[in-house]
Amino acid sequence: MTNLAAPVIRTAKSRRRRRGIAGVSPRMIVAFLIPFFLPFLLFYIVPIIYALWQSLLVVRRTAGQFGTSYTAFGGFEQYVQAVQNSEFWGSIGRIALFGIVQVPVMLAIALVIALLLDSPLLRLKSFFRIAAFMPYAVPGVIAAIMWSFLYSPQLSPVVSVLQAVGLKPDFLGPTAVLWSIANVSTWLWTGYNMLVLFSALQSIPQELYEAAKLDGANNWTIAIRIKVPIIAPALIMTTVFSIIGTLQLYAEPAVLRQISSNISSTYTPNMLAYAIASGNNYQQAAAVSVIIAIVTFVLSFGFMKLTSRRAEA
Amino acid sequence: MRRGVIARESRVTKVAAMTVMVVLAIYFLLPIYFLVVAATKPQGDLASTFGLAFSHFNLWSNLGTLFSLQNGIFLQWALNSLIYAAGGAAVGTLVSTLAGYALAKFQFRGRETLFSVVLGGVLVPTTALALPLFLLFSSVHLVDTYWAVFLPSIVSPFGVYLARIFAGGAVPDEILESARLDGAGEFRIFFSVAFKLLSPSLVTIFLFQFVGIWNNFFLPMVMLQTDRLYPITLGLYNWNGQTSRVPLLQESVITGSLVSIIPLIIVFLALQRFWKTGLASGSLK
Repeated sequence: MTNLAAPVIRTAKSRRRRRGIAGVSPRMIVAFLIPFFLPFLLFYIVPIIYALWQSLLVVRRTAGQFGTSYTAFGGFEQYVQAVQNSEFWGSIGRIALFGIVQVPVMLAIALVIALLLDSPLLRLKSFFRIAAFMPYAVPGVIAAIMWSFLYSPQLSPVVSVLQAVGLKPDFLGPTAVLWSIANVSTWLWTGYNMLVLFSALQSIPQELYEAAKLDGANNWTIAIRIKVPIIAPALIMTTVFSIIGTLQLYAEPAVLRQISSNISSTYTPNMLAYAIASGNNYQQAAAVSVIIAIVTFVLSFGFMKLTSRRAEA
Repeated sequence: MRRGVIARESRVTKVAAMTVMVVLAIYFLLPIYFLVVAATKPQGDLASTFGLAFSHFNLWSNLGTLFSLQNGIFLQWALNSLIYAAGGAAVGTLVSTLAGYALAKFQFRGRETLFSVVLGGVLVPTTALALPLFLLFSSVHLVDTYWAVFLPSIVSPFGVYLARIFAGGAVPDEILESARLDGAGEFRIFFSVAFKLLSPSLVTIFLFQFVGIWNNFFLPMVMLQTDRLYPITLGLYNWNGQTSRVPLLQESVITGSLVSIIPLIIVFLALQRFWKTGLASGSLK
């Protein structure tokens, strides 16, 4: 199998090698780079440093509750407070459960659709591709509003159909609501991920399959043993972006919170950070933001390293 | 004999494949269909009639209500979304392409390091930046202005990443060398030669950033208090939160949702091929 994949990888590598032109004056290079890197510095790097700094501060009072407050260096005090907060662990636990279930389910559906669109089995391919990709055009807030109508016991045609066959669905119940949020994310992002995987499949040269077909391999074998291993980098990419997205979850639960009392104001880590900041405790909010960012980094880098090591072995 | 078995097997597989896809297509399209149906109904029919069947056709009057509520604030929100998304993406695409082009085409020390920093930026969760940005902006009195949403939106590390890949592939060194021999300056070469060669890629970068800003919710929510500055997402979110007190807003939330996704769906369908190129190079990494 590796022998089959080798030429693809080699051509991809040689295509990616770029040399560029030498002897451009440093001033010119800076002129090209500065329009991006100055805003990047101001709106990406500085906020990160500022959040790190804030998270190390504490607000103290001179004497009792009515003393004047002043800001002092507190070391890791905010972080200690953050991890002692049971709401923090509640939000982390929910998001972990969400990610462990939703990301694989979504990517599995995306992979199945991509493989089907790439196989000779389907008709109406462009219709199906467009149908799956359509939700990507819908902003998360609006998707959540749409689904909230489909979850609502008073308005939902889905609920009334299920009730007609004798079921009593409660999409907004204490345990169900997490999966109702997961459904909104899945609906929104499956098509996007599908298109990433599908584009990767389309760039595999057809000759690779000819040899396998001569050996008597069927579509299923070709899909599992040739196509999936070749698009592994695309699968890793989509997984990493899905992990990042999951950890940032905010809009969908915030919208469903408007109709369900089972979503607290600290339901996800991001909602927690916002709730703490709304209470004017910016230092604590900064610590939570930093933790979210670090966890995101560790998980996405960790996943890439883990999978690339396995691919080399 | 063997042939017959294979043919029958593949017919079964084909039916199974079609069934799976039809079910999934219904899943993807159902909420949008529901929204279309609900947008045509009078408020009173929302709860009293079946959600997937049309009842009294009331779309024009719903649209009238939507655009006249609170002195036509919905139109203002739509305009704001367009300013943030189209303006931010246009500026963002230009600066990303300049940087990506320089990273791909100019030889200088530290360009790999700089590119790694950009790649690291792709992985930064942007919502984690919103709260510290709020504090920084409030110290320079930028909070609750257009700039508070617009300025951070122009920065797209993913755009630089795409631009570098596209420039590396679509702009041959030889053309640049000969333009320089003719005495053209670097910016002139960029705008007259590279810009043309890169134009399909520019559309791709623009699209990704446009959708990113259009969908953004957390940043405007943190930054904006004045409802005249809201983008559509934040405006509809606020209306949706008031429906328990003002039930009549429900129909406008539905109609407004439909109105706000239709232009995007049209743009998507019209520019499909640009998505494919972008996604293919995104996954090459």
